[in-house]
Amino acid sequence: MNDQLEYMTGQVAKGTMTRREFVGRAAALGVTAAVANSMLANNAKAAAHEAPVRGGTLKVGSSGGESTNTLDPALTASEVPLDNLRHLYETLVEVNPAGEVEPRMAESFEASADAKTWAFKIRKGIQFHNGKDMTPEDVLKTMQRHSDENSQSGALGIMRGIENMKVDGDNLIVELGVGNADLPYLMADYHLMIQPDGGMDNPGAGIGTGPYTLEVDEPGVRHGFKRNENYWDADNRGFTDYNEVLVLNDATARTAALQSGQVNMINRVDPKVAALLDRAPNLSVKSVSGRGHYVFIAHIDTAPFDNNDLRLALKYAINREEMVDKILRGYGSIGNDMPINASYPLFDESIPQREHSIEKAKEHYAKSGHDGSPIILRVSDGAFPGAVDAASLFQESAKAAGIPLEIKREPNDGYWSEVWNVKPFCASYWGGRPVQDQMYSTAYLSTADWNDTRWKRPEFDAMLLEARAELDQAKRKAIYSKMGMMLHDEGGVILPMFNDFVDGVANNVGGWIEDPNSELMNNKAPIKCWVKDA
Amino acid sequence: MLMHPVLKLIAQRLALGLLLLFAASVLIFAGTSILPGDVAQSILGQSATPEALANMRRELGLNDPALTRYFAWLGGVLQGDLGTALTNGRDIAESLGGRLKNTLFLAFWAAAISVPLAIFLGLLAVRYKDRWPDKLISAVTLTTISIPEFMIGYVLIYWIAIKWRLFPSVAIINDSMSLGEKLNAIAIPVMVLTLVVLAHMMRMTRAAILNVMQSAYIETAELKGLGMLKIIRKHAFPNAIAPIVNVVMLNLAYLVVGVVVVEVVFAYPGMGQYLVDHVSKRDVPVVQASGLIFAAVYIGLNLVADIVSILANPRLRHPK
Repeated sequence: MNDQLEYMTGQVAKGTMTRREFVGRAAALGVTAAVANSMLANNAKAAAHEAPVRGGTLKVGSSGGESTNTLDPALTASEVPLDNLRHLYETLVEVNPAGEVEPRMAESFEASADAKTWAFKIRKGIQFHNGKDMTPEDVLKTMQRHSDENSQSGALGIMRGIENMKVDGDNLIVELGVGNADLPYLMADYHLMIQPDGGMDNPGAGIGTGPYTLEVDEPGVRHGFKRNENYWDADNRGFTDYNEVLVLNDATARTAALQSGQVNMINRVDPKVAALLDRAPNLSVKSVSGRGHYVFIAHIDTAPFDNNDLRLALKYAINREEMVDKILRGYGSIGNDMPINASYPLFDESIPQREHSIEKAKEHYAKSGHDGSPIILRVSDGAFPGAVDAASLFQESAKAAGIPLEIKREPNDGYWSEVWNVKPFCASYWGGRPVQDQMYSTAYLSTADWNDTRWKRPEFDAMLLEARAELDQAKRKAIYSKMGMMLHDEGGVILPMFNDFVDGVANNVGGWIEDPNSELMNNKAPIKCWVKDA
Repeated sequence: MLMHPVLKLIAQRLALGLLLLFAASVLIFAGTSILPGDVAQSILGQSATPEALANMRRELGLNDPALTRYFAWLGGVLQGDLGTALTNGRDIAESLGGRLKNTLFLAFWAAAISVPLAIFLGLLAVRYKDRWPDKLISAVTLTTISIPEFMIGYVLIYWIAIKWRLFPSVAIINDSMSLGEKLNAIAIPVMVLTLVVLAHMMRMTRAAILNVMQSAYIETAELKGLGMLKIIRKHAFPNAIAPIVNVVMLNLAYLVVGVVVVEVVFAYPGMGQYLVDHVSKRDVPVVQASGLIFAAVYIGLNLVADIVSILANPRLRHPK
């Protein structure tokens, strides 16, 4: 039995078995869930406690880079710029792999009892790359740049709840209109990188407090970084002498570069080839289940989707297992028509899973009284990888229930401005957020800009605000559970699957740990890993 | 004083070329304006909030009428100022210059290998017309031109970069590399491009020379007792040069303006990828500048082809 367990922990570390599967199979061997989880934790610690090797060069091959990229954190939206940010800058706090908030530029933080006023104590003795001391004023200016009315920042939406910010001694004081127990999670947003003078003068200069300094900046081609000798947390980050991020947008070019040893790690391994690639001797494929999900979204204020029976018919008609199998090739898990899964804190495991049921789909479709005219589903390859194939699968299984889905292919170019959040029924994806509050406020609050299902329920909004200010975790969990059930039963979101992050890592890379926040260890693999044969 | 007719022709062609460039810039501007979405929406993507969009549009001057923006751009170009990119605020001339240099570098080496090779193979095919060397050359080159270039790229990457590890699959070059390192990096892309353009030029060489070979003066040369290769070299080739130059120029133009797929497969930092990135972000000034350069290359190379075919033809060179 021990050998079996050891083998299985290895599988989890490699990413070929999910945490949940492991716990399940360990239970079959008579091990309780608590013991199984602690075994996994020990295993992860063992990997992390392998002695780091300093020096050498680490190369990352990444998709999501364009020649239009800048180093301004406010305008960062794709993977390569995000890798660059993690090298150069740091945030006030970070979300760690366990999903907890960890202090960085702030050394500690605390809230008032109503979670309306927050104090972040700013760490002392940290210098920017230009030699200047990082001060609470720099932090304040940074937050102001991302929240003032002229801001172009991608973080503008999450800064809205802040009424006032000020410096008080070593502290940054943040005052909210409505209490928010999750404010630190918002402060961990990757746009909110601390810059000298808040980046007011030259936001794209690449001057931060991060473990690497900028050497080469050729957008769309490559970015080179040298170790920051003056880094404050050198025990934990910045092991290599030099890092290079190469822009490899073509999936085959990425895998070829990893296989031939030209790069040490790549992001977004195509699920179709992941199993084959893993067989190569000099590398392994790492997958981690995250919060990102693929969706079909219907505007519930537009006919025929304003009829809940029709929505339920569609939800029962979709074959989730088949999608995870064929679209994600097993690198993912089935969804439950709510944007929350077990990767979120305060997730309620007891919410029943919706099954694929042609009978129920037929029943609800008949009840909806739909006239049988084609229901148009808009989709493009850019909606999510394999979106067009997923739509075809959906169409087939809906057909079995007598629901006439018609697929309309849209161009990738302009999909996010012309189709998503505009047309009543289309395919899309969400990257997920670190906490439930943020996910719901981003896309399911009545007033949210990106309420892409037109989900406008006063009682839902009220519960969201109540949970936000609630510091009692058990009560919060109960409220979130109710909200999840509401979306599951009545929402316009048809959520067939959560996708895993699938990366490829060469065997000479040390220090790899599982991080469900995003791909490549939340884009921090280049600054947290080392090269063993450096 | 009367201008020499060839000079006059060149002057005419140049003027026409400039007019064409102007027309192209209007078309490119209109085209990018028609595309759905604008630069602000494209930069901010799915995470765009209405306020951030409005702020960015104001800052980038996107609220001005299209005509105002076009003439502002045209005024700048006529003074030699290509402007700055809307997306990342970089000087366009500077970033474009580096990319153009890379594109020309790759095109130069692909041409340096493929043009002589194509002409040599064409001559060889004529020499052994309808025998096995001719058939083999035709079969191989037609096969490589029929396979999509990314497929040839992937096959070569699999064998040369992954299996044998002879050359790298990532062709990213930069200024700090020596010529040898650069050539090593672009080895596989040059092979791919050579395979792609070979057939076209080879077939045209073969056809043009065979055409000439049926002339009476070739028969005379044969009767004089000259060897086959010598006849081809001294009598047939000079008379077949015009169509060959034409097709060579077309392929050179392709090597400069049409290799975006190869650039993507090998992550080569050329103009194609640069242009595509900016089109998808609706960064009009960069698209305009790149389009202008591409159009200039195309028009310029065609001009060269025309002039060469005039110079190669004594009847056109010395009109009565």
